[in-house]
This record gives sequence, C-alpha cells and structure tokens, in this order.
Amino acid sequence: MAEHRYDPVTGQYTTGHSWDGIEELYTPLPRWWVITLVISFIIAIIYAALYPGWPTTRFAFAGLLGWTSAGQLAEEQAEARSEQAHWRNQIAAKSVSEIEQSDELRTFAITGGRALFNQNCAACHGSGAGGQQGQFPSLIDDDWLWGGKIDDVYQTIAHGIRNEDPESRQSEMPAFAEMLSPEEIAAVAEYVATLSDASKADSRKALPGAEVFANNCAGCHGENGEGMREMGAPRLADQIWLYGDGKDAVARQVAHPRMGMMPAWKPRLGDDAVKMLAVYVHSLGGGEK
Amino acid sequence: MNHSLIEKSAALLFMLTFIVISIGGLVQIVPLFKIDTTVTKVEGMRPYTPLEQLGRNIYTREGCYTCHSQMIRPFRDEVERYGHYSIPAESMYDHPFLWGSKRTGPDLARVGGKYSNAWQLAHLIHPQSVVPVSIMPSYAFLKDKPLYVDDLNLHMSALKTVGVPYDDEMIASAHADLEAQATGQGATEALLKRYPKAKLGDFDGDPSRITEMDALIAYLQVLGTLVDFSEPDASSATPSK
Repeated sequence: MAEHRYDPVTGQYTTGHSWDGIEELYTPLPRWWVITLVISFIIAIIYAALYPGWPTTRFAFAGLLGWTSAGQLAEEQAEARSEQAHWRNQIAAKSVSEIEQSDELRTFAITGGRALFNQNCAACHGSGAGGQQGQFPSLIDDDWLWGGKIDDVYQTIAHGIRNEDPESRQSEMPAFAEMLSPEEIAAVAEYVATLSDASKADSRKALPGAEVFANNCAGCHGENGEGMREMGAPRLADQIWLYGDGKDAVARQVAHPRMGMMPAWKPRLGDDAVKMLAVYVHSLGGGEK
Repeated sequence: MNHSLIEKSAALLFMLTFIVISIGGLVQIVPLFKIDTTVTKVEGMRPYTPLEQLGRNIYTREGCYTCHSQMIRPFRDEVERYGHYSIPAESMYDHPFLWGSKRTGPDLARVGGKYSNAWQLAHLIHPQSVVPVSIMPSYAFLKDKPLYVDDLNLHMSALKTVGVPYDDEMIASAHADLEAQATGQGATEALLKRYPKAKLGDFDGDPSRITEMDALIAYLQVLGTLVDFSEPDASSATPSK
C-alpha cells in the first residue's frame, strides 16, 4: 500500500489505496454531517427508551413515559369534553324539553345536533332532512309516523324503529295478500286513494272498499284514515305517501307492506348526542309542542 | 478507520454483514416464537357465519377494500366520526384482513347496524339515490346473482386450517346456517347458538332466493358489532403493554 501522497492537481491528499496505479483521493464526509448522524443515533436510543417498542420474549417494553396511543386519545377526548363542559354537563343533566327552553342550551344542541345529523342521519333522511321518496320519511314536515313532540322524537332516535333494541318502537302491518282477495285489495286501494280528497267525503262511503277498510284497516289507521301514532300507523288522509301515491302503490303496500327500520342511536352515540339530535330535528320545522 | 482487512476479504465482509442484519431479524422474530399470541382475546368475538363469510368474499372480490378501510385509528377525529377505535381482536378471524390503506369512501369498521338493510340495498344498487355526492359505482348486479355455495364446507375447512375456530358441527351445518340467516326461518336458534348476535332476515328484499346481495349486506351488518365496548374489558384489550 502506497503512502499518503499530496496530489498537486486537486490539491488534496490520497487515501493511500492504489489499484493498478489508480489512487483514491481522501475526501472525508463533512464534519457537520458525521456529527448529525451521531446525534440522530443518540436521539433514537433516547426515543426507544421513552416510548414503547422493544419486544422481549414475554412482554413488550412499555417505555419510560408510559405513553400509549389510547391514553393520548383519552386525554384529548377529556380535554375536548372539558372545553364544552359548561354546556355538556347541563345537557347531560336536563331533559330534552328543558334543553329546548334555554336559549343558550338550545343553540348549543342545534349546532352539535346538525353535525351529528350530517354524519349519522343524512344518509337516509337526506342532508336537508327532506327524506327520500319511496323509503325514508321527511323530518321537516308536520306529518309524523311516531309523534312529533320533542319527547317522541327523542324516544325514536334513542331506541329506533323495528330493531333489536328492547325499547325500540315496534309494529307490523300484516301482508293482506294472504287475507284479502285481489278484488278486495283493489277496492280498498281505490277507497284509500280518496281519503285525502275532502270533496269525496260523502261519496266515498258508497265505494265497495269502504267496508273492507272499516273491517281491516280502521283499527290502526283510524276510521277516516287519520292514522295512529302509538302504532306508527301513517295518516292516510293527507297527500304524503312514503311508498308512493295512487291506487297501484297503495294496493302494493296493502298486499305486501314495506315497513321502515331505524337503528337505535343511543347505544352508538350516547345519550347526550341523542338529546342534541332530538333538539335539532325538532327545530327543523315540523316539531310539535 | 482501518477498512482494508474487511475490504480485501469477501468472506469476512459477508460474515460481518450477516451478523449486523441478523440483529434486526432476531429482535423481531424471536419474541414471536416465545409468546402464544399477539392478539388479546375479547368477549364477543366469534368467527363469521357462513353467510357473512361468503359476503366477505364478495367484498374482497369486488375490491371494496381499495376505497374503504376497516381500521379506526385511535385519533379523536376518527373516534368521533366512526366510533371506538379498532382493536386487534376484531380482525383475528379475518383471512386475509381487509384493513385497507385508503379512504376514498368512509371507514366501514363499524358500519354494522348503522343503516337499515333497506338503505344498504338502495345504496348498493344506486349509491347516488341516497348519497347524491357519492362517487361509488353501482353494485346492482349482486342482486341478480345467486350466491355460489357449493364449496362452502371446503372453504370453512380451509379457514379452520389457518386458525379460525370452526368446529365440525359448524362446518357440517354450514348450509343450514346460511339458509337460516338469509331467510330468517328454519334452524335460527341453532344458528344463534353457534354464532351469537347474527343478524337474521332477508337482506335484499327478495325472500325467494339467496343472492350475493344478501351475503354482502349480512357481512356489512355484522362489521364492528360483535365487541361490546360499554364493557370495560374490551377497550383495555389493546396489546400496548
């Protein structure tokens, strides 16, 4: 191996390595670069000591700080909760109707309820709560299947409709295809289609479907089709038809009824969120006193 | 800095390189040989029912995981939106796991029970009918495809081989269980005994036959519903210690 030699062309020394007369210049890494590398080693060791990571054969070292991502989440949630504690504590303690009576709490609940609605309810009821024809009821009109008072709305959101929650709202319309003849179904559909027309109040009584209606439908939907909220039986004497209007749609619904199902939200979102949602939905226009 | 010895001896260079790389490998691999499991078991987790498992296969086949993750991370924004963060036990019977890595659509780890079957059906047939701004394509064809079940028992045996605790009875009654869940009739009690919390009923609005739509909705409706996070044990079951 040759000696370190000064190379006059580049003005640098060689490493002394020589392969077939070709020599290598000695150009070490810049000092700042080497120092940075060493510092990063030190930081890595400190980091490994403070935070979890090192496995052993029986457990993983938890780190000197005892940090966990779940723990950090819990802290951040508690911090967010404490920022809103003034309102959240009152919402937790009060009933929905009490919340509605306080301007301050109502504003808070409507703001929070709107965010919750867009995330959880809008998929079915629409982002403006206008519902979706053929499936999901509108929440901005005064036609309520299960009641439009604030406590009714709260109950419906908390426990849902026709689901597995023990307090869920339950009802089932029978499939009349198995009980009525096709002629009777056609007749009752024609009768039902007249219920919302006040000018036919007298003439409809002579329709052949009137008797079928009285015997089979009036028990839940009322003698004049006014509906029954305890059963979730829709009002038939208006122009709002969830599953389509007209004789044919009514006949289909009589023969093989479709019935909506709504999840229970209290187990998923918690009671406070359901209260805020109830206040928000009740504020949309159709809420009843 | 005397490199010349290493630089001139290929065997020495190879040996020293091997030792350095081995350290990284040993640190990762050796503990896994010594511990029984990396997943803390949690109350409520059970293998998928036959119908859910076949629905899961359709989810995989259609590449749902390319747009939907199934992994709620322990961040406040995710927990506020999707619910309790995912824990390892929740995907312990997933082969392969479907955590995904991209969210073009929302996370689905807890979508089970969030919407009604009717909504899932309407949404899969024509997503924009219920979510106007959605860019999800239509999967209406699933409703017209009868569910292929001929290799169901073999499929479950294969899953058993890789560690899913299906017992002989579960495999033998797979077809009966599938039919009971998809129709809500028949041996539903036996099904619920084997697979607690299974959702029953006709999922696709057509009770006369069992389609791929039935299976996919049954799978979506079970996602994230098995572990009860109101129990204190469940949330502490993260292997962070």
